[in-house]
Amino acid sequence: MSGQTAEPAVIAAPRPSRFRAVWDSKIGYNFRRNPVAIASMAIFLIITGLAFFAPLIAPYNPYDPAQIDIMNSEYPPSWVAGSLPEFWLGTDDQGRDLWSTILYGTRLSIIIGVCAVLVQAVLGISIGLISGYVGGRTDSILMRLADIQLSFSTLMVAIIFLALTQALFGSEVFGRYAVVFLIAVIGVAEWPQYARTVRATVLAEKKKEYVDSARVLGFGPGRIMLRHILPNSMSPIFVISTVQVANAIISEASLSFLGLGMPPSQPSLGSLISSGFDYILSGSWWITVIPGVVLVVLVLVINLLGDWIRDVLNPKLYRG
Amino acid sequence: MFAYLVKRILQAIAVMLAISMIGFAIQGNLGDPLRELLGQSVSEEVRQQLREDLGLNDPFLVQYMRFLGNALQGDLGTSYFFKEPALEVILKKFPATMELVFGATLIIVGLSVPLGVYTAIRPNSIASKVIMALSIVGISIPVFLTAILMIYLFAVELGWMPSFGRGETVHVFGYWDTNFLSADGWAHIIMPSVALSSIMLPLFVRLIRAEMMDVLQSEYVRFARAKGIAPWRIYFIHALKNTMLPVITVGGVQIGTMVAYTILTETVFSWPGMGSMFLEAVNRVDTPLIVAYLIVVGFIFVITNTIVDLIYGLVNPTVKLSRMGA
Repeated sequence: MSGQTAEPAVIAAPRPSRFRAVWDSKIGYNFRRNPVAIASMAIFLIITGLAFFAPLIAPYNPYDPAQIDIMNSEYPPSWVAGSLPEFWLGTDDQGRDLWSTILYGTRLSIIIGVCAVLVQAVLGISIGLISGYVGGRTDSILMRLADIQLSFSTLMVAIIFLALTQALFGSEVFGRYAVVFLIAVIGVAEWPQYARTVRATVLAEKKKEYVDSARVLGFGPGRIMLRHILPNSMSPIFVISTVQVANAIISEASLSFLGLGMPPSQPSLGSLISSGFDYILSGSWWITVIPGVVLVVLVLVINLLGDWIRDVLNPKLYRG
Repeated sequence: MFAYLVKRILQAIAVMLAISMIGFAIQGNLGDPLRELLGQSVSEEVRQQLREDLGLNDPFLVQYMRFLGNALQGDLGTSYFFKEPALEVILKKFPATMELVFGATLIIVGLSVPLGVYTAIRPNSIASKVIMALSIVGISIPVFLTAILMIYLFAVELGWMPSFGRGETVHVFGYWDTNFLSADGWAHIIMPSVALSSIMLPLFVRLIRAEMMDVLQSEYVRFARAKGIAPWRIYFIHALKNTMLPVITVGGVQIGTMVAYTILTETVFSWPGMGSMFLEAVNRVDTPLIVAYLIVVGFIFVITNTIVDLIYGLVNPTVKLSRMGA
């Protein structure tokens, strides 16, 4: 009884909560009207939630050698004959519970993807702001650098960099710091995407009156860039961020598949797929196919959300 | 035009020099050539003597100039594993990779233009919606996973297709054996080509669709319609021409990605090309071969990017060539 009366009181509160503000906004309205966006968001939240709470949900700890028994290897998932009841998604080639390993692996893939995009964003936004605001020779040098960086594909640069690092340090040391290397290389290689977009918006914003008035008030260029121009450039940044996270997760998976990323002892989705690939010809399809499906669904919902956000905010990317 | 050409070629040379510098730095720091040549059980004097003879004690610049001079004559060192000139090892693997890229390009060009144009002309038809939905699924599946799933479905479960290697090839000339002249060769190249094209095809369909829809809104298309020109002529002659400009630019950028994808595809299908060779060289720490691969791939990048830029300059009448070089 008391719960029913409490609810309207919250809504009728004088100052609407931040959630309420988003819910009532154009984006919120558009979201409620779009079933694809709702479904994508729901699946995305479920996957990230499960992955984030992996240590609480997973019945086994795949990083703990004491819980792994090689005798348990290659048991099929529960709907296939010959399965064990305690491993409902089956086990991988090393005898780890596939469900637990996928949860931990998804967490790693998401963490690497998001951190790499954060690196890209910080680098790219700063360079884009400076390039657009300062202009002149600084601008042309920075943009020429961006062109050159873009003409060498991210994946190629990452493969070569990681291959050389691995050859230099040996795979043991490399495996220990693989997370850092992956974040660094995917983060650094993709900064031009942000830099170009931010620069284009800065060029448009800088002509507006509010920037002039801030300058007349005597604010320094740093403050104008960060406190005045940047908040007005957020919508294209949002749009590319979703696509970039999806791409970063794919890049991480591809690199790990080639053996240039996460080691098999600490697998991301990519290295899990890779270790299962050796067994697919002998019929143990689930080690590859199940993490593969998780990866595709994760990337797909992020891409669908990205498409939806782009349609709502509709910034003209890479123009101008 | 001439000044632009010269500028563009100078820039290409500068990038090549930078790549050779990186290659040289790798050669100097990765692995020990003396150990590869002599093994462990050789006295220190012999080591020092050979070090002197090989010129490993010379100043950095002298060594770099020698490396550059050799590279210009096509001498990129000798592979530790194959005991053959590194460039020759790569040239032997080159045709296999090229045929794969050719197959994938054929699929991409052959399908992306009609699909992109169709979805732009009829954005609300059911077929367009299906194509667009499939394209976003296609973009979300990594190349290596497409390859693996195809192997699982068509090779393991159904047994229709071979899962690895090039199969029977027909010798053409030199190092070039082709897959395209025998039925077995065709059977082996289809799945790798499809896998290699699997992310780029939807990318290009979406790009062509977006550009085409933009162009269809423009004044000159409306004018052409008003003039009573046949619709197919408007779409395929007037509109498509202007759609292709951004497609060429993106295509140029994607060449690098394509090379990276060949490494993935070749690894999954055990395709005996440059990509799988590079990964093997990395695992064996075969430094000369790694460096040679970097330089050959860098060379391909630079050449294709320069050509794409020049084509863009030629076909786009609005580009001010003198300004582009600035």
